[in-house]
Amino acid sequence: MKIYVNGERHEVSATALDAVLDELGYGGAKVATAVNETFVPASLRAQTDLAEGDRLEIVAPRQGG
Amino acid sequence: MVAFYGAEVSSRLMLGTAQYPSPAVLEQAFRRSGAGIATVSVRREAGQDRAGAAFWDLVAQLGVHVLPNTAGCYSVREAVTTAQMARELFDTSWVKLEVIGHADTLQPDPFGLVEAARILTEDGFEVFPYTTEDLVLAERLLEAGCKVLMPWGAPIGTGLGLTNIYGLRTLRAQLPDIPMVVDAGLGLPSQAAQAMEMGFDAVLLNTAVAKAGDPAAMAEGFARAVEAGRLAFEADPMEPRDMAAPSTPLIGKAFLE
Repeated sequence: MKIYVNGERHEVSATALDAVLDELGYGGAKVATAVNETFVPASLRAQTDLAEGDRLEIVAPRQGG
Repeated sequence: MVAFYGAEVSSRLMLGTAQYPSPAVLEQAFRRSGAGIATVSVRREAGQDRAGAAFWDLVAQLGVHVLPNTAGCYSVREAVTTAQMARELFDTSWVKLEVIGHADTLQPDPFGLVEAARILTEDGFEVFPYTTEDLVLAERLLEAGCKVLMPWGAPIGTGLGLTNIYGLRTLRAQLPDIPMVVDAGLGLPSQAAQAMEMGFDAVLLNTAVAKAGDPAAMAEGFARAVEAGRLAFEADPMEPRDMAAPSTPLIGKAFLE
């Protein structure tokens, strides 16, 4: 299915969020996620299924002021 | 010592972590300033990239409290979701809440700020709202559950210093027991000293240090100014007066006419 990852279209075969992260190369990375603008805690990724057209945001720690 | 949400911090200087020429310079700036709190953010991470982990390791080495921000968020929803992601990443309930209302001035959206502060407080966050010097807005933020306020000195990144002394003085006088941090707009150590002399509890800055020719030296300059200003406040300064008053006693002066 096609989803949006950080604003770009991606084709993924997995549906569960934790599997999608692995498929996209984020396995073990220190990241936080939101699906369709709603935060999804790491503890809920395995039971969160993505659907066609979903917007997934993947963020990590960065410099800030 | 100053305390924010029960956490005691030895330095009254807070430093941002953005815009330094290199991670090494960032580290030097923190070491020389003695800053006890570092602001950080969350941003999109590319798939194979591990930039987040590298930055996290650097911050962990600094041994400071971490204060994640919601910089760049214009809506309540965006700010709340960003804060929730930051809490998980940085493992802290602290958040420097920014809900921006205007793209040119980066001034806070007061209505969105109060709403987001209420939502986050109810969700267990300890909110440091980036706000203006407006007294009524400050009171609304306290009602929403904030126990710390961060009024701006001037718009972010301008280096203009304290542009509304009257407003800041009023805020300090009306809310004497609320920890308040002057955040944003400072360009020089003298401006930080001025804020501290007025009785603000701390200052937070980023650009003034990071964009200086020698960030580490400027960081130390700000640290000394913050200490000097605080000492002056605690020492109860003299009242200014219009006419001169001789400091040397007149009694006993030789009569030489």
